[in-house]
Amino acid sequence: MSALATRGLNKRFGSLVVARDIAFDLPRGARHALIGPNGAGKTTLVNLMTGLLSSDSGEILLGGENIAALAPEARVRRGLVRTFQINSLFPNLNALEAVTLAICEREGSSRIWWQRVAAHSGVIDEAHGILSSLMLGNDCYRPTRELPYGRQRLLEIALALSTKPKVLLLDEPAAGVPRGESAELFAVVSGLPPDISVLFIEHDMNFVFRFASRIIVMVGGAILLEGTPQEVAADPRVREVYLGKSGRGGARHG
Amino acid sequence: MAVAAISPPEAIMRAQARWRPIEIAFWLATLLPFWLTPDYLVLASQIAITALFALSLDLILGYAGIVSLGHAAFFGLGAYAAGLIAKHGWGEPVTGVIAAMLVASIAGYAASLIVSRFRHLALIMITLGMGLLLAEAANSASWLTGGADGLQGVKIWPIFNVFRFDLYGYVAYSYSLIVLFVVFLLARRIIHSPFGLSLRGIRENAIRMPALGAPSRAHLRKIYTIAAAIAGIAGALLTQTTETVSLEALGFQRSADVLVILILGGAGRLYGGLVGAIIFMVARDQFSGNTPQFWYFWIGALLVAVVMFLPNGILGGLAKLTARRSRAS
Repeated sequence: MSALATRGLNKRFGSLVVARDIAFDLPRGARHALIGPNGAGKTTLVNLMTGLLSSDSGEILLGGENIAALAPEARVRRGLVRTFQINSLFPNLNALEAVTLAICEREGSSRIWWQRVAAHSGVIDEAHGILSSLMLGNDCYRPTRELPYGRQRLLEIALALSTKPKVLLLDEPAAGVPRGESAELFAVVSGLPPDISVLFIEHDMNFVFRFASRIIVMVGGAILLEGTPQEVAADPRVREVYLGKSGRGGARHG
Repeated sequence: MAVAAISPPEAIMRAQARWRPIEIAFWLATLLPFWLTPDYLVLASQIAITALFALSLDLILGYAGIVSLGHAAFFGLGAYAAGLIAKHGWGEPVTGVIAAMLVASIAGYAASLIVSRFRHLALIMITLGMGLLLAEAANSASWLTGGADGLQGVKIWPIFNVFRFDLYGYVAYSYSLIVLFVVFLLARRIIHSPFGLSLRGIRENAIRMPALGAPSRAHLRKIYTIAAAIAGIAGALLTQTTETVSLEALGFQRSADVLVILILGGAGRLYGGLVGAIIFMVARDQFSGNTPQFWYFWIGALLVAVVMFLPNGILGGLAKLTARRSRAS
């Protein structure tokens, strides 16, 4: 059974079709990439699956259970978690507080108002452990707004990981990360626990070819094809719609 | 930073919740009016009550990001509840406060079912509308509230049948101050709790919270109910220390004033409402003797200046100043 799958997923805004009969499977522990030119509907698909948008029809199956009618937070609690293409963090919390917050929400201790956060030492240790494993241990006492951009991208992933996801949707994790800081990000992504199934939405072809075992190509709100990186790179339709007619590799449509 | 990296993260989290010397000094200073300005104890008790009201607004506005222009509704409900109980034969103050708190919290929970679903301008309009609604209802129901004449015949018994409210305000100030301090301790514990951390998360980024699996609306309902309960306590204190209730208790002016007080002092810092209440009430007492309109001219000027130059309020400005000084030295 797939960790995550969709069947016949549709969404339109008036006459504009943003998702047409989307069906794909993400097996357990897989590393797949979702690519496509700007406006292909990649982030829309992420929003549909996580519940930020509600679909017009179709199924979203998480571990075989249809979650299409659930609220976003209920989907997260069942293990479907995303990061955001544009950092969506807590500017005035430090990284330790932000991750502690995420863990408290996961454990349900966020209801507790009569004890100090510091009394929950297990949670704080876990938060610090997650941050250290993502190379944020030394920066975790600075307000998030003061962190360099690359570190904020890592914190996005740290927040998602603290919810203990089964399926992780990484929406352009490398977007905007300067070359000098991308090594850390690559190390973090390759170190993701193998039992988590991951779908990357990414424009950076270095990233895609390095991490993805299969690639799904979207165009105009529909899936054009799915295949191994070699198959996708060799497909003339992909070259035409995504890489441009000249066929130069590594195009950055982002 | 080197020190921070060595210390265990728990110790740093714990240190954030520790009492600072300036806080202890502040609370000791609240005792000074008994000796320094014994003629102003009635004013001091009004300040303590206003501070309590501002503290309740700070919990929703400063910590959860709920902007309200109708917070006086809960203050007024508490004030009328305490007044009606006393008028109809039960004048014991402490149980009166508890009853008023219950009334306000039930109303707060009911309102929170709506309030937790909205943000920004819609939220401001909804809270404003609910406040106006309640004020007009109280005006019309003059058989119950006394309408524009106010609620007459409120008789408050001595606290524990021992401490009788006196003309000089000794008992009124002691009583208000003790209640303020007890509620403050509670509020302080809330903001340093896991629940308080989640509230700050909602304030900082409401959109991200559901993506972490957080039940944001349940959190908002809870803090709104708590804030309404505290506002009700403040209203009850005003009734009991003045032995009357007027429509002003739940009027728009009171909702606007408490917002101004919190913004002046600094929202989201627990002491902002307290400091704001002191500045606002003392200034009003000093300036408003002859022409009340003139007094609002100065408050308007102060508000504009503070928002322009000290966006985090007077306390926020002071915190920045001391941080800069400690960095320089």
